[in-house]
Amino acid sequence: MNLQLPTFIAKAGEIMEYTVHPLGDNAVLIELGNEISEGAHQKVQTLTAFLEKHPPDWMIEYIPAYTTVTIFYNPFEIYQLSDGELPFDFICSLIKPLMEELGENKAMEARIVEIPVCYGGEFGPDLDYVAEHNGLTSDEVIDIHSSGSYLVYMIGFAPGFPFIGGMSEQIAAPRRDTPRLKIPERTVGIAGMQTGIYPIETPGGWQLIGRTPVKLFRPMDESPTLLTAGDKIKFKPISLEEYHYWEETDQ
Amino acid sequence: MIKVLKPGLLSSIQDLGRTGYQKFGIIASGAMDPFSHRIANLLAGNEENDPSLEITMMGPALTFEEDTLISICGGDLSPSINGKPIRTWRSVFVKKGSELKFGGCQKGCRAYLAAAGGFAVPEVMNSKSTYLRAGLGGYKGRALKSGDVLETGKPSLQSLKMTEYLSKQLLDKTFVENDWGIASKLIPETAGNPEIRITRGRQFDLFSRESREQLFNHAFEVTAQSDRMGYRLKGPALALSEHAEQISEAVNFGSIQVPPDGNPIVLLADRQTTGGYPKIGQVAAVDLPLLAQAKPGDALRFAEISNEQAQQLLIKREMKLKELKQGIFLKTRGGN
Repeated sequence: MNLQLPTFIAKAGEIMEYTVHPLGDNAVLIELGNEISEGAHQKVQTLTAFLEKHPPDWMIEYIPAYTTVTIFYNPFEIYQLSDGELPFDFICSLIKPLMEELGENKAMEARIVEIPVCYGGEFGPDLDYVAEHNGLTSDEVIDIHSSGSYLVYMIGFAPGFPFIGGMSEQIAAPRRDTPRLKIPERTVGIAGMQTGIYPIETPGGWQLIGRTPVKLFRPMDESPTLLTAGDKIKFKPISLEEYHYWEETDQ
Repeated sequence: MIKVLKPGLLSSIQDLGRTGYQKFGIIASGAMDPFSHRIANLLAGNEENDPSLEITMMGPALTFEEDTLISICGGDLSPSINGKPIRTWRSVFVKKGSELKFGGCQKGCRAYLAAAGGFAVPEVMNSKSTYLRAGLGGYKGRALKSGDVLETGKPSLQSLKMTEYLSKQLLDKTFVENDWGIASKLIPETAGNPEIRITRGRQFDLFSRESREQLFNHAFEVTAQSDRMGYRLKGPALALSEHAEQISEAVNFGSIQVPPDGNPIVLLADRQTTGGYPKIGQVAAVDLPLLAQAKPGDALRFAEISNEQAQQLLIKREMKLKELKQGIFLKTRGGN
């Protein structure tokens, strides 16, 4: 590992405001905003695009979230290479020029990912509940859900589980009082103002409205999840026949 | 080759974790007590990250189908070979046909069995750790079952030197222990009710004054609802001074988060990558092995240290480990 300070690029560009915080002895959390917003998300995307393009040699990995990016490092290696400075302080001194360099970088353009969904029936046992709860018909719920434009703010909770923003208030529904012990993989659900898709079978309290034939978790692929933070999602209603056709051909 | 006669309560293949994939929501996994895992590997002549078998509370029964150099570190779960107790924190050369069994938990609750060459399992996403919930990695993505057969990889030169030295002393015995082991001062004291050093969590200041005091003045019991994902603790209910929605962000090994019911959860090896509950504390990395050896019913006490102290303590421990590594190398290469 080579621990040279990154070159400082002087420029007139704005420096993104940020604060740094330790998260345990091997990670630094960089906070870029204090509320969930597209603005904060763009900042997170700008930083992670930079980390992907120019991974610092001290970085082990990073976890992006709504308003933060957490970078992991090996404190003992840093200590040995930094002349005995406290690893966290040394890392902070490396982050400063990195954040200054960022100004000139941009987030990658969002991908648009279409996700086919077979709504209702055995795949979406709570579709009728969501409709009733909002004084709508089931078809209206499907229309509203599949006409929305969604943004993947972050991935967490389970492999490839997207935290999605942008769902219409008209189809919001509270979580179930008692969570189900098993929700099949690829189920699409609603919880409060959020919609999401379960990549693997897990327990959960979401209202289930449909299922996609597309695998979200692909452990053998180079990029092991279908979705990443920053993606835009479109849901496309499909019939049960189409669902089975997709399921057989896609996987 | 090692045959599994009985699997034990939860025996799974683990290394130092699946790094690089947390941004995809893929959990790190890895050994709950990385310190013991690393030393077990060193005593078998392996690399620190080679996969070992993590054994929980009630150990398995295993038969060695060939002569094998092993080491067992971590909790003392009363290991024996053909009925004769063997020592932990030591290299042991086991003769073909011998049977390794475990008895009760004497100290701690997790033991790490390393075999020369490491257990041969495929690498999935940069790691050989078992990711139990997703059914990936390790041995067929799951904990061991009766009838499983574990293969070992190619032994290192270090393993061969150790084997050469010990095999000369085997004669007609079923196993031979090395004449040196790990000094007891290096081994974390894992006998019940440990004091765990923690730093303040990111949301520490949002908790009520009473809760902040209780965190350090009261004992917290490890409940039965504790596993590799996290320990659920029971003690005084901790509360925020006023309700505040948290924005989900990354969590780490040892993060202490508090859900609305007030009972803290310490996140461990199989933690999810992000969490939305406020974090009141963070276990210092140097004390994670102590925590991983605590079992349901044990009472934990938390002592506050600063972030600086936590990193300095970790550095000290890593220095000792580095010396130990050099010591093992010299002893082995210098004809023992």
